[in-house]
Order: sequence, then structure tokens, then C-alpha cells
Amino acid sequence: MSAMSLRAKTAIAGLGQTKMGKVFDHPSPTGYVVDAIRLALDDAGLKKTDLDGLLVNPGIVWSNSTMASVTLQQVMGLRDLRLSATMNLGGATAGAMIMYAAQSIAAGMARAVACVFADSPLKPPAPAGERKEGGGSGAAYAFARGLEAAYGQYGVNAQYAFVARRHMSRYGTTSDQLGAVAVAQRQWANMNPAAQFCDTPLTMADYHASRWVVEPFHLYDCCLVSNGGLAVIVTSAERARSLKNPPVYILGMGQGHPGGDPVETLVSGAPIAKEAAFRMAGIGIKDVDFCELYDCYTFTVLVTLEDYGFCKKGEGGPFVADGRTAPGGSFPVNTGGGQLSSFYMWGMTPISEAIVQVRGQAGRRQVPKHDVGLVSGNGGILATHSTLILGSNP
Amino acid sequence: MPDISKPVPAVTPDLKEFFAGAREGRLMVQKCAECGQLRFPAREFCSNCWSKRAAWTPVSGRGTIYSFNVMHQVYHPGFAAEIPYAVVVVELEEGCRMLSNLAGVPPHQIRCGMPVEVIFEKLTEEVSLPKFRLRGDAAQGGTR
Repeated sequence: MSAMSLRAKTAIAGLGQTKMGKVFDHPSPTGYVVDAIRLALDDAGLKKTDLDGLLVNPGIVWSNSTMASVTLQQVMGLRDLRLSATMNLGGATAGAMIMYAAQSIAAGMARAVACVFADSPLKPPAPAGERKEGGGSGAAYAFARGLEAAYGQYGVNAQYAFVARRHMSRYGTTSDQLGAVAVAQRQWANMNPAAQFCDTPLTMADYHASRWVVEPFHLYDCCLVSNGGLAVIVTSAERARSLKNPPVYILGMGQGHPGGDPVETLVSGAPIAKEAAFRMAGIGIKDVDFCELYDCYTFTVLVTLEDYGFCKKGEGGPFVADGRTAPGGSFPVNTGGGQLSSFYMWGMTPISEAIVQVRGQAGRRQVPKHDVGLVSGNGGILATHSTLILGSNP
Repeated sequence: MPDISKPVPAVTPDLKEFFAGAREGRLMVQKCAECGQLRFPAREFCSNCWSKRAAWTPVSGRGTIYSFNVMHQVYHPGFAAEIPYAVVVVELEEGCRMLSNLAGVPPHQIRCGMPVEVIFEKLTEEVSLPKFRLRGDAAQGGTR
């Protein structure tokens, strides 16, 4: 029995993005959820009463019931929802929410689903010069080796560092190559008015001079921290065509969660997730016009490029080092600056940029060919993965 | 002189035999009674065959550095004086991997693949902590 294809049956019809970073408009993430959904509804030309689905990815307060979908439904006074869930796969959640929405709409279970992420880890006043880690949910710590504190092992950066170090040892990946990712993405961010680092350039010298967080990660190998909220509205393709903005068709969807020990495998879930997504979209590697890849670290971008097959395993370093992913290069990646240089809304960051690019609304940083975008989400230590193929043509 | 300003691990019931071995200078890991898979730390279920039956078994204490990081931020005041310091993942000869510290090697001289052997640092009467040092030729004058 052949699978029913969901290719281009649904589309992203609305994007709502609050201000990002050191914003203190609300005392908790709830306020950013409401702001983001209001903005997304406006963007789509829909009303609150049009929503019949709500999917939520809470940030670091994911164990707190104030960010559960059922609670937020009450806060927002939404009635008669036909789809509701609180989901957490770390950075892969945004993609997973959108595909769950798409599958439900295609199945006739819902018509207009809001998928939202919000977080407010920064408390005013922001500690001067101090850096919080990315991805503080329990998922990142799931792979415990025991007695961490006794050995001075703290935080997710310290765990991710083991994977990066082994990749460097096994494949010869260098610090300069990681730096090339940071520098390229900052160049994109410098053209993105919404980026937290919009006005701050970054050279390779700046990158190397930046303080160590956990070796081999410098400050600029690690993603930002942001307060804010980001929501998208998913509808049927036909309905999206009747709304305000150009539809962003969901052409392909897939997930991959490899298990095992990432320090051993050095592989993300991309090879698994790619299969269903590319098959559904009917594309191959050569058909991808641009990539928005989850970038909790520079290293994550490099591994993800390998794992999708844009280069051989282990050759991600040389692949990114020649400038091809930067503005003006042949292979645009993270064209808004990503989580390294624009804002950290987990998996919603790459999705938001892909939407803007596919719609042709990216202004100075618009990628000339923007028919097919590859969007990845990654959670934990290469533990979870989502793939979305988004496009301008059904 | 043991540094007891660092966090001392709790001797929880599931780690009783681990720390009993450590007190006597033996490195112990859990071995699944059904399929033989080794694991550290203690787990209720074998991740391979889901058996709940396991026994603690001594291992040789020999292994290699599988990976490492170098910590630059103070998360706990007990480590402040050692910044920057390295945390290592050791792959034991028998196959399983564990976290540790590598004694006697400056953090920036650590390399993946270095052969190591276990030593024990007494923290309290009850708790000795396994750590590692270079072994064999590597112990003589460092490797690349």
C-alpha cells in the first residue's frame, strides 16, 4: 500500500514574531505566547475564532503547567479546539509541531492550527557579561554518565563539547572551521533588522579572541539567549492561498531520533528524518535552494550539513570553511543569522527565516532562488531531529 | 589532601557496591545478568535487553581517553581554583564509558586515545572517587 502523499496539502499561512532578546514586556513566557499568536493571526488575516488547534513547545519551563496547551487555551479564551498538545523534543519540536498540525489538517481533524514557542529565561536586569546555556530542558541531560558534579561536569555545553572534540579528533575538524560558521552567519545577521546582533560585525579574529565557554567552544560557537515568542499558523494549502501572504507550502516532513551515544556516533537524526521528508517532497539534495539549520552551536550546523549529504561525513569542516554559506556564496545557510546571531527561539528560529525567504520578503538578505528550503530542528545532544521541506510552489 | 570542598557524591543504594569497591581500590561497573552488557552508572533496566537483573563486576581499570572538554566557567566554587580544568570520557577496556578527570596532565595536553589507568582519590571515609592517570609509554613523556 503506498503512503498517501501529504506533499503541498498544507501550508504555513501566518508568522508571528515578537521582538527578541533582552525584552522584558512580560513577567513570564505566557505573555509572549499571546503576543506571537496575535501577530501570527494578523499576518494570516485570521481571527482568534478561526483557530481550532493549538500546539505548544514550552521553553525551559516545560515542566511548568502554566505553559501547557490546555492552560494557554484558557488564558487566550480559545473555544472548541480540535487539536491540542504540549510537545517537547527540544529544538526539533517546532518542526514536529508543524508536521503534526499538517497531518491533522490533511486528515480533516482541524483547519487552522497555531504552533507556538515562547521563553523568557532572561530576567531583568540581565547579568553583565554572563552567558546562559542554550537548551536547558531536561532532554539535554538525558544521557548521563554518572557522578557528573564530582568531576566538575556541568551543563549542556560541557556534554556537547565531548561530541565536537571527538569529531575534531576523528575527522580533523578545526577551530577555524567552526569559526567560519559563526562569521558567515553574523554576516547574514548584519542584514536582518530583527537580529540581536544586527549591528555588530564579527571577524575571525573576534571569534578566536572571544572567551572560551567549554573547549572547544568559544563564546561565538554558542547560541544566543532570548526572551520572546514565535508562532506560525498552519492551514490547508487551499485556504492559505485565500489569505494575506504568499503560502509557504509544506512539501516534505520527517523526524529522526537516533538514540545511542552521540559521542560515539557523531551523527544527528538527519539521515533518518531526511528520508521521509525528501521522498514526500519528491526532491534530492540538488533541489535545495537554501538551508535553515538548527544551530545551537556552530558545530551542529557542520554535522547537520554532513548528515543531509551535502558533503561526506567528516568533511563538514572544509565544506563550510570556503565561504559558500555566507552572503554571496553558492549555498546559503542560516540566512537570518540563525540562533548564533539573530535570536534563540529553539526550532522556530530556522522556520521563521525559511518562511520569510520562501515568501520573498527577506529584503537585503533575500536569497535569489527561494523555491525550496530545507529546515532542520535538533534537540538534546544530537538526540532529536525534524526535517521540513518548505516551498513556494505546490 | 582530599579536596572536600568539591561536591561529594551521595552513596545512594544503587551505588553502594560501586563505592564499596572504590574504597578498596577496585573499579566496579554493572553487568546485565541476562545479556552481559556493561553499564555505568547504575540503571534499573538493561538498555539492551530490558532485564532488571544485574550484578556489579570489577573491571581492569585500564582504558583510553575517548573525549574530553575544558571547563572555563565556575559552576561550583569547589572547582574555581582549577579553572580551566578538563573533564574526560574514558572508554574502559571492557567497553563501557564513564566520566572522570585525568590527573597529572595539563588540560591542553590531553588527546583522544591516550591510554589511562584508574586511581582512586579518597574524599571521605565512605567515598573514594575513581580518577585516571596516563599509563604505559604515555606516562613517560606525553603523546601527541
